[in-house]
Amino acid sequence: MSSFLTSVEIRNVSKKFRLYKEKPSSLKARLISSRARAEDFWALRDVSFDIEPGQSVGLIGPNGSGKTTLLKMIAGILRPTAGSVVTRGRIAALLELGAGFHPELTGRENVYLNAAFLGLSRKETDAVYDDIVDFAELPDFMDNQVKFYSSGMLVRLGFAVAVHVDPAILLVDEVLAVGDEAFQRKCLDRVRLFQRDGRTIIFVTHAVDLVRQICDRAVMLHHGVIHSEGAPDHVVRDFRLVMLQHDLDYATEEGTKEVEIVSAELVGGDGASASVIHPGEELTIVVDLRSSAPVEDPVVSFALHDQDNRFVFGSNTSEHGVDLHGLEGKRRVRFHLRSLPFVSGKYWVTLGVHSRDSSRVYHVQEQRYMFEVGVGEATTGQVFIPVDVDVEEL
Amino acid sequence: MAAADSNVTVRSSEPPKLHWRSRLRDLRRFREVLLNIVRKELKVKYTSSVFGAVWSMINPLVFLGVFTLVFTVVLHNKVPHFPVYLLSGLLAWNLYSTSTTSAVRSVIDNANLVKKVYFPREVLPLASIGSALVDFALQSTVLILFMVAFRYPIHPENLVLLPIAIVALLLFTCAMSLLVAAINVHYRDTQHLLALLLLVWFWFTPVVYPSGYVQQAASKHLIFGVNLWHIYLLNPLADIMYGFQRALYGTVSAVVGGTPKQILIDESVAWIFVLLVGVSIGSIGFLYLTWRLFFRMSGDFAEEL
Repeated sequence: MSSFLTSVEIRNVSKKFRLYKEKPSSLKARLISSRARAEDFWALRDVSFDIEPGQSVGLIGPNGSGKTTLLKMIAGILRPTAGSVVTRGRIAALLELGAGFHPELTGRENVYLNAAFLGLSRKETDAVYDDIVDFAELPDFMDNQVKFYSSGMLVRLGFAVAVHVDPAILLVDEVLAVGDEAFQRKCLDRVRLFQRDGRTIIFVTHAVDLVRQICDRAVMLHHGVIHSEGAPDHVVRDFRLVMLQHDLDYATEEGTKEVEIVSAELVGGDGASASVIHPGEELTIVVDLRSSAPVEDPVVSFALHDQDNRFVFGSNTSEHGVDLHGLEGKRRVRFHLRSLPFVSGKYWVTLGVHSRDSSRVYHVQEQRYMFEVGVGEATTGQVFIPVDVDVEEL
Repeated sequence: MAAADSNVTVRSSEPPKLHWRSRLRDLRRFREVLLNIVRKELKVKYTSSVFGAVWSMINPLVFLGVFTLVFTVVLHNKVPHFPVYLLSGLLAWNLYSTSTTSAVRSVIDNANLVKKVYFPREVLPLASIGSALVDFALQSTVLILFMVAFRYPIHPENLVLLPIAIVALLLFTCAMSLLVAAINVHYRDTQHLLALLLLVWFWFTPVVYPSGYVQQAASKHLIFGVNLWHIYLLNPLADIMYGFQRALYGTVSAVVGGTPKQILIDESVAWIFVLLVGVSIGSIGFLYLTWRLFFRMSGDFAEEL
């Protein structure tokens, strides 16, 4: 394959679906139902981008943004309503859990069926069969019907087949989330091997950290149009911002919840809830905690990241000699940031509660809260330093 | 298309035009899929039943029993070696009706594949024909069994009709299967309509009753100045039956109860051969049209389901 040719070209692609209140699938229903009962829904509108051979692209966006529709068009399952999709080379698509598997057939038969869909002959499948079984770690189950497989086993087998058919383009839609951690790691290793081989990979995922980790480019779709595109860090940022505006429950959370962050608020100098702050102003991070049983020596911490996901500042209660020993019931912790030395831009706040040695994480809300520093005085550079200017006659 | 290395695939908003040569190459590349789906259908059909493939052979035997009872015992309609006569046409009819009945649902029954995997959709109705062919082969052993049991004479000069009859049958079956499979995705009425159509069609085709009777009776009538027999010849399946019956049964007329009776149509082997060549050519034209329709519609199957 010549290197100057693109791997996937998406040109002004639009896709319209007809949404029926109740889909008329018989002649009578079609005749009596007026056209008004069907609504047009544009899943994609005028989307264009190219993917170079060997690129790994993460396709992200909120639910219903058109990611899967676009992936299905690249895979050849759907036809664009307008525009065109050009692909070069064999495509292996993992579109859904157990896609292309038949429940009544055994694992072995399904490997052959699946490999056939991906364009392999019986002989070619024979040659890689043992590797597939090895990779899927299912040697004892190949003669069992697939309907008795767990979802994890299905993903393993599906992924194992897809990576052994020598595709030029690999499409993966969210399926990796199902497997256990060890298998996920194995898949990622395989994906990195694919990247070294110069194969093209397109991921559709909600796991934005995965995109940051392995993709060299990301495209974010929102309401069927490209919202942003470019370096994964930058696009993931934009994605977080959109998700925060739409869905407060979005941000990633983890922890044992022995101590829970019930709510948090960013308060400006005037005591009101702040979303826009001017350089040099003060900001208070108010964190309400709850714990049902006494917790020994918890530490509350915060971290601030800028829009390029750089860590800019962080601190915690123990650094300031605040002791929360034996925390039980409700507490309110306030971090007073007396003067924000930030230039204009968006900043994300991560909050966490953990044990003093950080061995136990009680609750972390990663970059769930956001504030914006507005343009106050004309400033450029990395930090804001309050400056007084005076002129003296000499 | 998608599965070939260093091969460029373009998908655009233009409804695809059928270039039958390149499409045939695509289908050839996906023949493993076809074989695997046929294998799958046979396995699903037979594995969880006790008698398995034996059911395929029981079906013509039951038909035979019922029709023998009705026609020879109740109606005193004496066709010599009735089982050989009936089976020679019934097997061909079964291939046609089993194929279309299963093809009409082939796309919607495999919705989970169509929505999630790319492959030429023609594979699905073709797989229906494929598994019907396996039934056809199994059922043929029943016919062979009867021929051996009766020590039934085979007329080698009639056997030339068998290949052309099979070709005509397969071409027509492919055309109909693609047609009903495609339309049924939009209009689920098609499957019910097909069941009725096949019932009527079966009785308008000389499978159970002797085709010679039809020729004798129809030749006497004129409809708008056209001989009714000539209109009857427009039924491609009837024409195909003449081929199978002459090739395998071969007894054009017989003396039944002292009077000579015409059982098969009174035409030469060459005449039937030419008729079947005509049916084959017509079926190729029909197949091209239905394939084009199927191909145009197949791009949108995934969202119609």
